[in-house]
Amino acid sequence: MLTTVLQQLINGLSAGSLYALVAIGYTMVYGVLRMINFAHGDILMVGAYLAFFGISAFMLPWWVSFITAIILTGFVGVLVEKLAYKPIRNASRVSLLITAVGVSFFLENLFLVLFGGVPKAFPIAPIFHGVLNYNQLYLPVVSIYTPIVALVLLYMLLYILHHTKYGMAMRSIALDIDTTSLMGINVDIVISLVFFIGSSLAAVGGILWSTQYPSINPLMGIMPGLKAFAAAVLGGIGDVAGAAIGGLILGIAEVLIVAFFPSLAGYKDAFAFLLLILVLLFKPTGIMGKELERKRF
Amino acid sequence: MKRLLFKTVLFALVTIFAIGYGVSKTYAASNTIKVGVVYSMTGPVASFEQSAWQGLQVAKEIMPTALGKKIDLILVDDQGDKVQAANAVNKLIYDNKVDAIIGPLISGNVMSATPIVEKAKIPLITPTGTNPLLTEGKNFISRACFIDPFQGKVAAIYAVKDLHAKTAALVIDSAQDYSVGLAKFFEENFKKLGGKIVAKTFIQTGESNFSAQIASLKPANPQIIYMPCYYQEIALFARQAREFGLKQPILAGDGAAEAALIKVGGAAVNGLTFTTGFAPEAIKTALGKKFEQAYQAKYHKLPDNFAALSADAYFMLVNAIDRAKSDNPIKINTALRQTKNFQGVTGNITLVNGNAIKPAVIEKVENGKFVYVTTINP
Repeated sequence: MLTTVLQQLINGLSAGSLYALVAIGYTMVYGVLRMINFAHGDILMVGAYLAFFGISAFMLPWWVSFITAIILTGFVGVLVEKLAYKPIRNASRVSLLITAVGVSFFLENLFLVLFGGVPKAFPIAPIFHGVLNYNQLYLPVVSIYTPIVALVLLYMLLYILHHTKYGMAMRSIALDIDTTSLMGINVDIVISLVFFIGSSLAAVGGILWSTQYPSINPLMGIMPGLKAFAAAVLGGIGDVAGAAIGGLILGIAEVLIVAFFPSLAGYKDAFAFLLLILVLLFKPTGIMGKELERKRF
Repeated sequence: MKRLLFKTVLFALVTIFAIGYGVSKTYAASNTIKVGVVYSMTGPVASFEQSAWQGLQVAKEIMPTALGKKIDLILVDDQGDKVQAANAVNKLIYDNKVDAIIGPLISGNVMSATPIVEKAKIPLITPTGTNPLLTEGKNFISRACFIDPFQGKVAAIYAVKDLHAKTAALVIDSAQDYSVGLAKFFEENFKKLGGKIVAKTFIQTGESNFSAQIASLKPANPQIIYMPCYYQEIALFARQAREFGLKQPILAGDGAAEAALIKVGGAAVNGLTFTTGFAPEAIKTALGKKFEQAYQAKYHKLPDNFAALSADAYFMLVNAIDRAKSDNPIKINTALRQTKNFQGVTGNITLVNGNAIKPAVIEKVENGKFVYVTTINP
């Protein structure tokens, strides 16, 4: 029983850190633009597809392909912001939200048209192969990498936010975009950077996701996207560390519900949204959420 | 200037899409028979579509006409989704005015299409929807495949007699009527044969992380795992199960019969066995041989279960139209449901209350290929 619970906790940690990586992107965009970027899950899919094509079509070594895919996905995020969100940045929040949903559908259908709906098998890099086995405890290598990668990236991001000029600019925009631009800060570049970082993190999430569950299709981003959104809200949307913690809680809670209520296993996904509803009802600012509309990042 | 460029690009895009749409839209002449096809081009079971659609096209090449009229296939995507399946059927019946419908492929989607075709009185034949409820009390639904009570029984017999299993764990996709039904019939028959179900766990279509379910199966230590789900979930489940040290043989239903199972599952699905309606090695009829040759010539591979059953659905429909001597949907339906001893690709088919009575085959994955194991008669 103890090994089962321990095993489940490790599984939850691994799933949770994937959600965390994606949730951070949601939270950052919300922080600066006050909008939920519903296309974020599809950016994850774009990242996975780019990595897939790097390896299978261009025969790049896996790490070159991954890094290229992560950077390219960052630029896709920037492009999306420039084309879809920037022109209506001053419009109402609802317009931004609807545009984001539109972008999401556009990306899904673009990839469906380009590459078809049939799932593709994602090639797995050699270092991600294998399983470590400690008496009855099984650790697929990738489930060890995932939390480590998530932690390192989170640390880097927090460092950028709190110890660099661009980080300061981001936090400043989050507080008041108009005043920030009056201070002589190029708001456009900073927002692009936010989208670049958020989308790159989504790409990392997408690649790790596809390595763990090696089947990719153009609609693969929907569920992780929604879950990460739930995680971001759970942690307190707008708070980077909160998003990461929200992701972990969601991952572990999901796994534990299966462990303790096996007959509810089929409703694992529904559980995430139940959690989301409860949070919105009782603590709308989320776990880490301070006073609403005050603290960002 | 910028604005002008933007408008020009927008205009060009809209025009291109509009032309594309116009060209792709079929303007059927009155001397054709319109057959709607509802397949999953996208979504979690999209690989089924590929085989099924290929099979359908080869079948159409072999028999392009009925009553001397050209047959027109109108394909609509159901995205593997129940709601989309209902939309697709509505569109085919009320916009395209089809005379008959082939598909959907999976039971849950057929289920959501059923009330619509019953009301419109349009015959629907599903190539692969095996859930028994699809045809129960229905007048316009038929199928080219056997039903799950039989498939579940065959699987249980195989598990006990050939795999010598006394205990089994069930992995059920709670989103699929197919999976829930098949698991139930397996359980009944497995218990009857003296077996015991020691664990049960549930998954959902489209889910990819099964670590929690696997960890919960492990302590029960079943001798086999019966997983009547679709290939995508089976492949991912098998991979993770092997990683987590679950070494038991996995037994599945015809939802596994798709090459993508091996592509995604890799070495983890080696040794996996499943019950299905068709194996190329088991072809005995003349039509079957003709189909196999034509399919191989066109796609350079052997037809699989979905290609063969999809072709059979088409052949049965054409045969029914010829026998009905009319393209009136109600007359087609009556003839279709009276199909007797039809020598299809997958064998000798007789419809009873819309259900095909025919043998099942067992296939196995061996070194990255599907290998025929045995045929079990009803």
